[in-house]
Amino acid sequence: MAEVGGGALRAYRALLGAQARSQAAYRTSFVVDLVGNLGATVFDVVTVLVIFGVTRELGGFTLRETLVVVGLSSCGFAAADLLVGNVERLPRYVRTGLFDAVLVRPLAALPQLLLMDLPLRKVSRAVFGLAVLGFALASAGIDWTPGRVALAVVAPPAAVVFFASVFVTTATVSFYWVDSGELANSVTYGGRDFTSYPVTIYGGWFRALFAYGMGFAFVSYHPALALLGRADPLGLPAWVGWASPGVALVAAAVAVVAWRVGVRHYRSTGS
Amino acid sequence: MGSVTATVASPTDGHVTPWFRTFGAIVAAGFRRHATYRQAAVAGVVTNTVFGFLRCYIFLAATDAAGTVAGYDRAQLATFVWAGQGLLAVIAIWGWTELADRIRSGEVAADLLRPVHPVTNYLAVDVGRAGFAALARLVPPLVVGPFFFAVYLPRHWATVPLFLLSALLAVVVCFGCRYLVNATAYWLQDVRGPMILWTLGSGVLAGLYFPLGFLPGWLEATLRYATPFPSLLQVPLDVLVEREPMSTGLGLVGVQLGWAVLLLALCRLVQRRAERRLVVQGG
Repeated sequence: MAEVGGGALRAYRALLGAQARSQAAYRTSFVVDLVGNLGATVFDVVTVLVIFGVTRELGGFTLRETLVVVGLSSCGFAAADLLVGNVERLPRYVRTGLFDAVLVRPLAALPQLLLMDLPLRKVSRAVFGLAVLGFALASAGIDWTPGRVALAVVAPPAAVVFFASVFVTTATVSFYWVDSGELANSVTYGGRDFTSYPVTIYGGWFRALFAYGMGFAFVSYHPALALLGRADPLGLPAWVGWASPGVALVAAAVAVVAWRVGVRHYRSTGS
Repeated sequence: MGSVTATVASPTDGHVTPWFRTFGAIVAAGFRRHATYRQAAVAGVVTNTVFGFLRCYIFLAATDAAGTVAGYDRAQLATFVWAGQGLLAVIAIWGWTELADRIRSGEVAADLLRPVHPVTNYLAVDVGRAGFAALARLVPPLVVGPFFFAVYLPRHWATVPLFLLSALLAVVVCFGCRYLVNATAYWLQDVRGPMILWTLGSGVLAGLYFPLGFLPGWLEATLRYATPFPSLLQVPLDVLVEREPMSTGLGLVGVQLGWAVLLLALCRLVQRRAERRLVVQGG
């Protein structure tokens, strides 16, 4: 690995450049993709607005407060999807044996996979997510303190790291279960939907599992509470809102271990 | 079906029984073909179940103090969500690109040589697929949901048969829409655009992300009668939870029938136009 340090960087840059050029060659397709991806995120926010059209509050939170939760979630998810969302194609690569080709090249497997299709089209989503977060923070009537400013800066990247870890961890399931299909979606897209609402609306073990077992409550709900200066109706202390970077790092560590173990476990499906 | 070759004349002599036998055979083949993907079905059920929990909690949180929202009570919402998660897989709203792929690769030429019209052939395969999905994907959420939420059971005996008819029509309407989206490959090199528009529009407008009753009344009515989307999910689910009187339910299923006939006719028209301009490359 050591002797290829500079060479590896150059190789990644070449992969990246090839992707960018090939996508720019089909302008219409690129614009259509850009618009389509934007639409998907817009509809997520529209759904929240429609639901607030029939109710004044959701789980004890008003629309303006909920939008902070939505903004953190959609900004974090969209950026993570942009950076590592490609890894959700892993099941197909494993099934078709394409992953063999990735492994025999003298570069690390994960970066190669991510660069096999640079989804520039997803940029529109991430920008929209950031815009929603900006609007929500500006309109929620937050009492800005230096601590909250710092949290508003740190929480979105923490959400990105967290969702990116979720993408990688769930994709490794296909190393063990080749035909797992859309199973990973239940945690990735399911996690996005879960984090788009205050966790107070969920009940029982389902909330315990997603919010605290998998840590999704720390992505948007607890940081939003800390930003809004609201006490947690579920009784956790206020400092939990600042725990999101720590939780994100733990998630990243889990993802790294899951990936390493998974790749080692990988056996080609052959052909 | 016997052995048929491209040189055999199409069975256009008005024999209805052989036509049904052929259609039935293709349906059965479609069922068997999709029944081989059992692991994927299990994975799909798990995913549907997670989303069932999510949507159920979200919609239930929107109910008022009396426990109702937009004409649904809590039990009706739960049934709407869980049956909807199953129905989603039965109509296979997303991910069908088989026809577009075959058009792009030229394999569609083989479909044109068959003595069965391509629209009929693909519809029969899809009905078979839906039959397997009804067992493997619709039943599990209907069983899981009631364990965790109070669900609504239909009160009128006629509701269940009407729901089944409505679900079958939803399969046909969804097939028609997907066929048209795929058929744009005859004219466009790349069907990603139409596919993305369909994926985006169908989920929201069919009532998957939220019951269309959450929208203003005039908007819901416009969508119901002027677009085929509510016929995909919203109508069968409203029939199942008896949101409106039986007579309205019958009328809505009639609207579905109209869309099904119209879309299939449109598919045949598009197919005929496309065949005139299709040039398959290669030898």
